[in-house]
Amino acid sequence: MIMKSSVAELREAARLIRRDIIDIAYLAEGPSHPGPALSIADILAALYFRVMDADPRNPGWAERDRLVLSKGHACPAVYAALAGRGYFDRAWLTTVRRLGSRLQGHPDMNKTPGIDITSGSLGNGLSLGLGIALALRLLRKNCGVFVILGDGELQEGMIWEAVMAASAQKADNLTAIVDYNHFQSCGGTDEIVPLEPMRAKWESFNWNVFEINGHDMEEIVSRLEMAKRFTGRPTVIIAHTVKGKGVSFMEADNSWHQRIPSKEQYDTAMRELAGGSE
Amino acid sequence: MIQYDKISSRDAFGNALLRIAEENPLLVGIGADTTKSMGMQKLSEKYPERVINIGIAEQNMTAVAAGMAATGFQVYAASYAPFSTLRAAEQVRTFIAYPNLDVKIVGGLGGLSGNIEGVTHQGLEDVAVMRSIPNMTVVIPADAASTEVITEEIARIRGPVYLRLGRGAVEKVFDAGYRFQIGKANVLKADGSDAAIICNGAVVARALRAAQLLDANGVKARVIEMPCVKPIDADAVVESAAATGAVITVEEHNIIGGLGSAVAEVLGGRRPSPLLRIGIEDIFTESAPHNDLLDRYGFRPEDMAARIGQFLSSFNSKNEEEA
Repeated sequence: MIMKSSVAELREAARLIRRDIIDIAYLAEGPSHPGPALSIADILAALYFRVMDADPRNPGWAERDRLVLSKGHACPAVYAALAGRGYFDRAWLTTVRRLGSRLQGHPDMNKTPGIDITSGSLGNGLSLGLGIALALRLLRKNCGVFVILGDGELQEGMIWEAVMAASAQKADNLTAIVDYNHFQSCGGTDEIVPLEPMRAKWESFNWNVFEINGHDMEEIVSRLEMAKRFTGRPTVIIAHTVKGKGVSFMEADNSWHQRIPSKEQYDTAMRELAGGSE
Repeated sequence: MIQYDKISSRDAFGNALLRIAEENPLLVGIGADTTKSMGMQKLSEKYPERVINIGIAEQNMTAVAAGMAATGFQVYAASYAPFSTLRAAEQVRTFIAYPNLDVKIVGGLGGLSGNIEGVTHQGLEDVAVMRSIPNMTVVIPADAASTEVITEEIARIRGPVYLRLGRGAVEKVFDAGYRFQIGKANVLKADGSDAAIICNGAVVARALRAAQLLDANGVKARVIEMPCVKPIDADAVVESAAATGAVITVEEHNIIGGLGSAVAEVLGGRRPSPLLRIGIEDIFTESAPHNDLLDRYGFRPEDMAARIGQFLSSFNSKNEEEA
């Protein structure tokens, strides 16, 4: 049996994921996407360190729960979580997006241990997750599939193809998590193509809907675990988040969507993420 | 005497699929409201939970297929050629071909067989798109019997394949003794030192008749079926060019990007030779019955024979002038 981390341990795991995201942003010189990665750090900590059944020593374990990162540009956060769980050497992290790296600019199932499926160009992940969910059901496996969606990518029509099909298929082993940080590459989702009423949209497609503060670890864990057990319909967790969460000058500043920090900014960010012991 | 198949290539595919599914419990079919029209009815009747109609959403269908394949299934994702390969092109490329997942993209209504539906439903650019995607194998059967054999063969490889099918029953060329190997050509008429006709799909029967007409006029053309456009049988292309000095391709596809282009790529690299590409001349066609379209757009055996004759005499006379 895998040890289940406490909420305090999960907060610590999220802090370490955030530090790795900043390391990747600065040291790998990608440039990577620190803002969108920080936004989902808490959710990923909860998934990888508690909610999902998975075995870092056996990444292909047939009974594992699966994760699809539909907003694939936020993969530094997933790489950090995977390294934290021991799927691969932490030294890999600063190679993200470099020539020859096993950590690609978007998730690659054949290059990176722990990546369940190649994903990342926007709008595709929910369909991929639905396919995994239907396959697991056919195999009579009681595993969950978690799909992390960006809010902006809900502007892709294909997402709604999958939303309709998942409820038609009663894919109750599928959980979508919307990282609702109200930003996309060019600006605010509220200005570009508003997504409201978010909750009503999913409800009208017959999904089970939870809304959470995507940075409140207790709430995250509680709703993810409820979603995993929920039967009859797929579940969406609308996670209200802050883009760049955890680094003061990155929070809600969309210029950090994709950007390399300066040395000074890097030092500041790492000081803020130093944790209680330092 | 022209003989037609009793069943369409789509039904032939479905018959083979059922047999494969009986052997392989990890085989599933998925369609975008096309499971019936793409021949999966029998599979669905026998194994209802192994055929999924995901709704009229080809991109979703294709990515769902990728998800299922990533979880251990061999997936047959069947829709119509222009939708499977154009609308869902990115899903095929990025989520099936890139991770090299075991999904067979099955495109019906290939070539002009989208016939009376018109340009919207005709698959005339599908091969070009699929051929340009790494890891993808591209196969175009000529008739029902060869479709069954080819379906069973592609099931043996673990990885993405584009299987291009037609719509209705077409002229019968082969029987159940048909042999197929990935990347291998199939010599239908071996004698002929004046030209080599390399063809595939529903126009193979017409190419054979064109060769007969040429024969009657003293032009000896060999005929080679190239059902596998990728990987192409490059040695067969080079050998036929070497033996005849002139190559003609015949395909139900835009002359840009399909069999003719694949042959040109081989010849350009290994044995530059005169090449005539017979196909759709980079235009949009129209609605009509399949045979009417084939006749109108350059595939009447008489018209092909005449074009080939002109082509051969044009460069033969040029060679004489240069000599």
